[in-house]
Amino acid sequence: MIIDNSSEILAVKNLTANVGETPILKGMNLEVKAGEIHAIMGPNGSGKSTFSKVLAGHPAYEVTGGDIQFQGQNLLELEPEERARSGIFLAFQYPLEIPGVSNLDFLRVAYNSKRKHLGEEELDAFDFDELIQERLDVVKMDASFLSRSVNEGFSGGEKKRNEILQMALLEPKLAILDETDSGLDIDALRIVAGGVNQLSTAENAIVVITHYQRLLDYIIPDYIHVMANGRIIRTGGKELALALEDRGYDWVLEEAAAGAGS
Amino acid sequence: MSIQVSLPSEMTLTASEKRSAYLANLLKLAQSSPANLPWLNELRDHAALRVQEQAFPTQRDEEWRFTDLSTLLQTPLEAVTPQQVSAAAIAPFVLPEASQLVFVDGIYAPELSNTANLPETLRVGNLAALERYSDRLQPYLGKQPGAEEVFTALNTAGLTDAAVVWVPKGVAIDTPIHLLFLATATSATLIQPRVLVVAETNSAVTLIEDYGAIGTGAYLTNAVTEIWIADNAEVNHTRVQRDGHHAFHIGKTAVSQARTSRYTCNAVSLGAKLSRHHLEIYQTGAQTETTLNGLTLLHGEQIGDTHSTIALTQPHGTTRQLHKCIVDDKGHAVFNGKVFVPQAAQMTDAGQLNRNLLLSPKARIDTKPQLEIVADNVKCTHGATVGQLEADEVFYLQSRGIDAADARQLLVYAFAYEVIEKIAIASLRRTLSDLVQCRSMAVRN
Ligand SMILES: Nc1ncnc2c1ncn2[C@@H]1O[C@H](COP(=O)(O)OP(=O)(O)O)[C@@H](O)[C@H]1O
Ligand SMILES: [Mg+2]
Repeated sequence: MIIDNSSEILAVKNLTANVGETPILKGMNLEVKAGEIHAIMGPNGSGKSTFSKVLAGHPAYEVTGGDIQFQGQNLLELEPEERARSGIFLAFQYPLEIPGVSNLDFLRVAYNSKRKHLGEEELDAFDFDELIQERLDVVKMDASFLSRSVNEGFSGGEKKRNEILQMALLEPKLAILDETDSGLDIDALRIVAGGVNQLSTAENAIVVITHYQRLLDYIIPDYIHVMANGRIIRTGGKELALALEDRGYDWVLEEAAAGAGS
Repeated sequence: MSIQVSLPSEMTLTASEKRSAYLANLLKLAQSSPANLPWLNELRDHAALRVQEQAFPTQRDEEWRFTDLSTLLQTPLEAVTPQQVSAAAIAPFVLPEASQLVFVDGIYAPELSNTANLPETLRVGNLAALERYSDRLQPYLGKQPGAEEVFTALNTAGLTDAAVVWVPKGVAIDTPIHLLFLATATSATLIQPRVLVVAETNSAVTLIEDYGAIGTGAYLTNAVTEIWIADNAEVNHTRVQRDGHHAFHIGKTAVSQARTSRYTCNAVSLGAKLSRHHLEIYQTGAQTETTLNGLTLLHGEQIGDTHSTIALTQPHGTTRQLHKCIVDDKGHAVFNGKVFVPQAAQMTDAGQLNRNLLLSPKARIDTKPQLEIVADNVKCTHGATVGQLEADEVFYLQSRGIDAADARQLLVYAFAYEVIEKIAIASLRRTLSDLVQCRSMAVRN
């Protein structure tokens, strides 16, 4: 929801980033305020995942220019783990499998790193168990997934749910969901979207990256941005998604090119 | 006129003479403690001859190509003088689930041992206490193929006692048996532990063979374990090598497997400055099952060498081998896994995988899987991988607020745990997990 005078969570200005010598992000601008839900759409290869990973601090991408402020702090100065602890959360398009690390241990260590950061006492295994049981409910996940290795042998949909479980546990200020809807059947989509809505408040903000209107039927965005060739070329309200679904991206790309040319 | 007489000194010996002198001294030390059981003398003398016929190994020997024993040559050794050790000192090594036989510097320590929980039918103890069974033990002790190898023969040449586990026909023991070999490291000694296990037809037993130190000095453990598994019997064997930082460890495990027998070995090697484990499996009947899991963890300038030989001779055998090495700093791991599948071993199903994690640019692994397959109707797979921690895995954990160092620790631990989790004794699993975690805590960048 758009709230007047709500505080700024994220301000990205003229961000450029490379992989090796290749520029991928070519002047990203995005402003996100508390309470808002933004959707980023756009053709494959336009840089959506790159943008989300740059926000999370992935070492494969080199920021070559521009600025990212997160709650008034220079995000680019922080290590990935510091970003996470101060409230950035990225639900990955392709969550990794980590054989040998139990999901439960992983979740507990992650949760306690955040508590430590906030100067709070770490939760012991017993108290943590109680908390995680409650959070499992947000994504209707079975407790048996806790004793398995992180994402190992999980189906595509189960991995995505596990990402949202982590989000439910870490309660981020800014959650970026990168194609969390792809690979989900309609029931799973409903559950995951319901979970996200449950976690959305007036104090936090969500950026969803998606190709599909069907997700936006459940998670209703305040703004929709179209990304192409490393930057946002158009921003509109939720009706923009319907137009994109109808007519594809070409007309937006053409209009943007015409606009740039004039 | 004066006549100068020059005595042979360190200075004038060639490298090869030094090696011979060193080996001769080892043999002298081995023979210095007499056998109390007269029937051992023939065995000892025969083995001593075998040692005398051989040379101290160098890297020119194919079997020792990657493992340089020259640091051992620079460590003068002496004979063991018996030491008193308190129950408190061994407490950290005790496994509450298990019965235990304790040997201190290779010498049986009855006051520290406890076999009260074991059934009467089982014969567990040191060789001397089982003297009345000598006739039945003789056909097994020192009789495995490969007994002529120089270090194995050296052990036999000094044989005075042994840990013996004899499981009679049809007896299955629930209580694990912990064979604990502790070094006091009070002086640089030659310690020669010996284990003999006989599992009769349809029997089952779980053993933990465990080498550790309560002091920090240098010493050489030269251990030999012989395991005989009769028809349809099962031996579950865990071998832990956590010798001291300055120790040398050379170990042999020789296993004979009869028809439909099952053998599992979980070997974890963390200790010693230089260690070598040679695991030899001899198949004597069809349809055997063999599972070998190994984990070697090295840091500093440790060298850890595992050689294994699986000699199949019968049809329908199944072997599964997983060996993992985690090498940090300037550590150096060696793995050589031989599997022989001759014509007679049709329908063999053999799998071998060696996975290595290198944590520093100076860490090194030499790996050599060696499958020799003659039989044509078999299923054999093998592979070796060498890698570093995956940057994407570290990042995934970091993106959840876990700092880079903890993330690496978690991933190293996970790599090791695949082997540790196979150990059936919960308290040992915990101890080893803690040891691995302590180790990987040092992993930074
Ligand atoms: N780690 C990488 N190495 C090389 N090229 C990359 C890497 N990550 C992204 N790219 C390239 O950057 C472009 C944008 O990719 P991505 O951000 O995944 O797009 P989207 O998520 O919008 O489909 C693509 O051309 C892709 O091939
Ligand atoms: Mg993408």
